[in-house]
This record gives sequence, structure tokens and C-alpha cells, in this order.
Amino acid sequence: MVTIDFLGPINRDSLQVDIKNLSELSEILKKDEQVSSWLGNCAVAVNDTMISSKDIALSDGDKVSLLPPVCGG
Amino acid sequence: MTNENKLQLFDGDLPVEQITNNWYKEFKDSNFGAIITFVGVVRDEDGIDGLSFDIYEPILNSWFESWQNKANDLNAVVLMAHSKGDVLNHTSSYIAAVCSPKRRVALELIDEFVEDFKKSAPIWKYDLIDGKREYAQDRSTAINGAGILS
Repeated sequence: MVTIDFLGPINRDSLQVDIKNLSELSEILKKDEQVSSWLGNCAVAVNDTMISSKDIALSDGDKVSLLPPVCGG
Repeated sequence: MTNENKLQLFDGDLPVEQITNNWYKEFKDSNFGAIITFVGVVRDEDGIDGLSFDIYEPILNSWFESWQNKANDLNAVVLMAHSKGDVLNHTSSYIAAVCSPKRRVALELIDEFVEDFKKSAPIWKYDLIDGKREYAQDRSTAINGAGILS
């Protein structure tokens, strides 16, 4: 299983999903009413490394984090 | 000073004098000709009582480490302190500093460091209004590369 964490203001509990890549995750989250509207603005990290492409294979135990728009300071 | 101490997180508002005095004491004898400190203070505007912050520390740490490496390549050092949780008006939530042998490097680096912090560091800001947190969406910036799952 892959753990999906929703950071900051998304306000959704973590998910455990059986997926092999980020394209599969995208299809799942587009159907999730609490999350779908965030997808266009969210950056993505896999195992705490920021990524810029959806062409990433996922393995059992991986963690995917969604990072909505930021504003420190 | 270890990298861990160069990035400090605090619950609530920052003890500004303590932090900046410690940085000065730590680095004044290291032959840095320029030590530039930026202190961010929460402004009273739009009826807010203050701000509140969430931080995702693993990615903040790696973001900070990459800036430390960039600074070290210029013989400089970057320092940062930030608040977690609630910070009331007229107190500080953010301090950044650069120590450098040369003034020009420090002035340019503090500008780049603070600007990249605003658009890349994994920190989320909320307005505190009547005891509730409201996400400061209109002042927030999507991180570079956002939207790949849409």
C-alpha cells in the first residue's frame, strides 16, 4: 500500500491506496470531492522529495504528499 | 553551529532578541564582514488578531539544506527561525539572516533567500480572526511544478 498525506489546509485524513504510479493516484483523487479542487494547485512529493513529473513508479510502503500553495513568513 | 541550529522552529512568536543576539555572538568572530538580519513582524490589518502556521518539517529541512549549500559555495551562511502555531499582531514569526565575508554577496543572497522562502518553503499561513484559523489562500503561492495530478 501507498500512503497519501494531505498537508496544510487540505484538511483530509491520510489515505492508504493500492497503486503502482501517480497516474493511478490522479484518477482516484479526481473522484474525491474533498481533494479534487486542490489538485491543480498542489505540488507533489514522493518520500519527502519534490517531484515534477507524473512518470514515477510507486512501491509498497511509499509515501506521497500533496502540498497546497504556501505562504511562510 | 550545526545545520540543525541554523534552522530553528518555535511554538508561537519568536524570541527575536535571543535569536538574533545568539547568531551575532556565534558568528561575529568568524571574519564575516556582513551579517544581515531580516525580521518579519505580523501586521495588524484586515481585522486579524494574528497569524497561524503549519510547517512540514522534512521538506523544509531539505529546502534549507539546499540553500545552505548554495550559500556555502559563496563562503556565506544562511540562518532562519520560524514560528509554528499562533503568532499575534506586532510579534515576529520569521527571521532570516545571511553571514558573508562580503557585503554585496550578503545583500543579494538575503533577497534571493527570502523570496524563494516565500514561494517554496512548505509552510501554510492562516489568518486568526475571532479565534478561528482561515487559510490565507489569496496570499499563497503554488509551489513550482504544482498541478501534475490534475
